[in-house]
Amino acid sequence: MSGSNTDFILAVEGLTVSFDGFKAVNDLSFYVDQNEIRVIIGPNGAGKTTVLDLICGRTRATDGSIRFRNRELTRLKEHQIVKAGVGRKFQNPSIYTDLTVFENLEISYPSGRGVFGSLAFKRDAEVIARIEEVAGRIFLSEHLNTQADLLSHGQKQWLEIGMLLIQKPELLMLDEPVAGMSVTERQQTALLLREIAKEHTMIVIEHDMQFVAEIADKVTVLHQGKILAEGSPEKVKADPKVIEVYLGH
Amino acid sequence: MPFSSFKDYMPRQDLLAFVVLALLLVVILPLTLDVMRLNQTGKFLSFAFVAVGLVLCWGYGGILSLGQGVFYGLGGYALAMYLKLEASTPENTRIQTTPGIPDFMDWNRITELPWFWEPFYSLTFSILAVVVVPMIVAYLIGLAMFKRRVGGVYFAIITQSIAAILTILIIGQQGLTGGVNGITDLRTLKGWNIHTDSASYALYFVCVALLFACLLIAQYIRRSKTGRILVAMRGQEDRVRFSGYDIANFKIFVFCIGAAFAGIGGAMFTLQEGFMSPSFVGVVPSIEMVIFCAVGGRLSLIGAVYGVLLVSVAKTVFGENFPELWLFAMGLIFIGVVLGLPNGIAGLYATYVGPHVDRLLDRIFGKQTPSEQTQPHLESNSQGATP
Repeated sequence: MSGSNTDFILAVEGLTVSFDGFKAVNDLSFYVDQNEIRVIIGPNGAGKTTVLDLICGRTRATDGSIRFRNRELTRLKEHQIVKAGVGRKFQNPSIYTDLTVFENLEISYPSGRGVFGSLAFKRDAEVIARIEEVAGRIFLSEHLNTQADLLSHGQKQWLEIGMLLIQKPELLMLDEPVAGMSVTERQQTALLLREIAKEHTMIVIEHDMQFVAEIADKVTVLHQGKILAEGSPEKVKADPKVIEVYLGH
Repeated sequence: MPFSSFKDYMPRQDLLAFVVLALLLVVILPLTLDVMRLNQTGKFLSFAFVAVGLVLCWGYGGILSLGQGVFYGLGGYALAMYLKLEASTPENTRIQTTPGIPDFMDWNRITELPWFWEPFYSLTFSILAVVVVPMIVAYLIGLAMFKRRVGGVYFAIITQSIAAILTILIIGQQGLTGGVNGITDLRTLKGWNIHTDSASYALYFVCVALLFACLLIAQYIRRSKTGRILVAMRGQEDRVRFSGYDIANFKIFVFCIGAAFAGIGGAMFTLQEGFMSPSFVGVVPSIEMVIFCAVGGRLSLIGAVYGVLLVSVAKTVFGENFPELWLFAMGLIFIGVVLGLPNGIAGLYATYVGPHVDRLLDRIFGKQTPSEQTQPHLESNSQGATP
C-alpha cells in the first residue's frame, strides 16, 4: 500500500506490524500537522512505543506507509530517516555516560557524520556557539563540562531532548519525556516543549494526564494497536470509551 | 586539522607519557640491553602494534576481536614471502629439483612458483601488502558482520574461528605456505644481512619508529570526534544510530586500522626473528594479544605498550623456568586483571599516580584551564569492564 500526497508533515496510513502473528500495530492511520504537539496515550501494550519505532526505522512495518513531507520512510535506513529530519528520544534517557554534556551535544551536531567527516571535524566557533545555545535552552549551561553520568535523572532527560534539538529535526518524537521528573522539573519541561513547538512538530508519548492537558494540541488514544479516540485533550478525556479502557472511572 | 592547538591533540599528561615511553625505548633500553635482548624486545614490541590497534577497536569501539593474529600473520607472511624469494636464488637452491623456488615447495614436489607468489618478487608490492592485505580482509569481515549488526560475543567467536581457519589453511597447504614450520631461513633484505648485530640494532629502531607512527595516528583518532563517537557507540549504539550515523562504517573503519597496525607488527616480527610461522596466527596468540591489551589497560594507547612488554617479559622468565605452567599463569593474569583492574596498569596509574604528576606539572608549568585537561573519565571509569 502506498500513501498519497498530503499537506501534513507526517501521514501514517494503514500501518501494520505483526510479531509472529501478533499485530502490535493494526491498520493504523493518523496525520500530524506542522508545528503541532501530538500526544499519544494508551494503556500498557497499546503499541505506543512501537509506533515511534516504526516511524524512526527501528522496527520495520509489515504493511502500510509512513510519509514524512510526502517522502516514504518505511524503506529508509535509520540514519537516513534522521537526515530526513526525524529525531527520536528514547524512553529511558539514552545519553553517553562516559562523555561530558558538551561532547554529548557535539556528537548530535549535524555535521561530520561520515567516518572521514568525523576525522576532520573541527570544534569551531559556530559549533561551540550552537552547543552553548542549546545547553541554555535545556537548563544545562552550568554543566557543559560535567560527565553526563553524574547528571540527575531529570537533567539526563533534558540532555537527550537537547541532543535532538541540536540536530534541528522538523519532527521530534519523545517517549515519556517527563518520566521520573519532579514537579518543578515537569513544569520546566512543559515550558520547554511549548517553546520547541514554535519551530518543530512533536509527537509525545505520555501517561501523566495533567501534563498531557498542558502541552497537547491533539491527543491520539491507542488501544490494542488501534486508534480508540482522537481529538482535543478535553474531548478525549470526556470520551466514554477512553474512560472505560484507560482513564478509569 | 580538527585540532585547535597541539595541546588539543596531545594534552600534557599524554605528552608526558609519550616522552617517557620514547626515552625508555630509544635511549634507556638500547643502552642497557645487549644486542640479543634488544632484538628480543623488538620482537615483543611487534605485538604492541596489535595491542595499540586493540585499544582503538576494543577499548574505544567495544569491538572485541579474538582474531588479531590473522592480521599479524598476514603482514608477517607478506614480508616473509618477499624475503624467501630473495633467499631462493637459483644459485642458492641449485641442489633442488627445481632451482629458484622456495625450498619447501621443492620438498612438496611443486615445480613452478604459484601465481600468488609472483608479485612478492617486488619489495614495494610486499611492503604495500603488509598494510593493505590485512585491511582488505578486515574490510570484508567488517562488511559481512557489522552491516548485519553482528557484534559482541558473536563477533568475538567468529573472529576466533577465522583465526583457526587460517591456521588450518596454512598448515594444510604445506607446498604453498611452508606448512607448520612456516617460512624459514630468511637471510637478506635487498642484499642486506638481517642477522648481523648492526641489523638487529637498525631493525629495533625501525620497529620503534613505526610503533610511534602508529601511536600518533591512534592518538589522532582518539582525540578527534571519531574517538568520541566510538566511545558513544560502545555504550549507546542506538542513540548514535538515531543521531544520524551509519554505525557499521565506523566499526569497519576502526577494525581496518587495527588490522593495518597488526600487519605492520607482523612484518616487523618477521624481519627481527628471521621467520614467520602459523604459531603466530592462531587462536592462542590472538587471545594473548587481547591479554596484552587488557593488562596494559584497554583505554590507554601507551599502557598497551607497557602491557605487551610486561607480559612478554613475564612469559620469557616464567617460560624459561616452568614452561608447562605458563598458559595457566597467563589465564590467571587475565582473570585477575578483568576482575581486579578493569583498566589495567594505565587505570592504576590514572588513579594513584596521575593526580600527583598533574600537581607537579601544575607547579612547574602553571595551572591549565579545564578544557585542556585530559578526559579523566575515559581513563578511570570502570564502566563497561566486561566485553
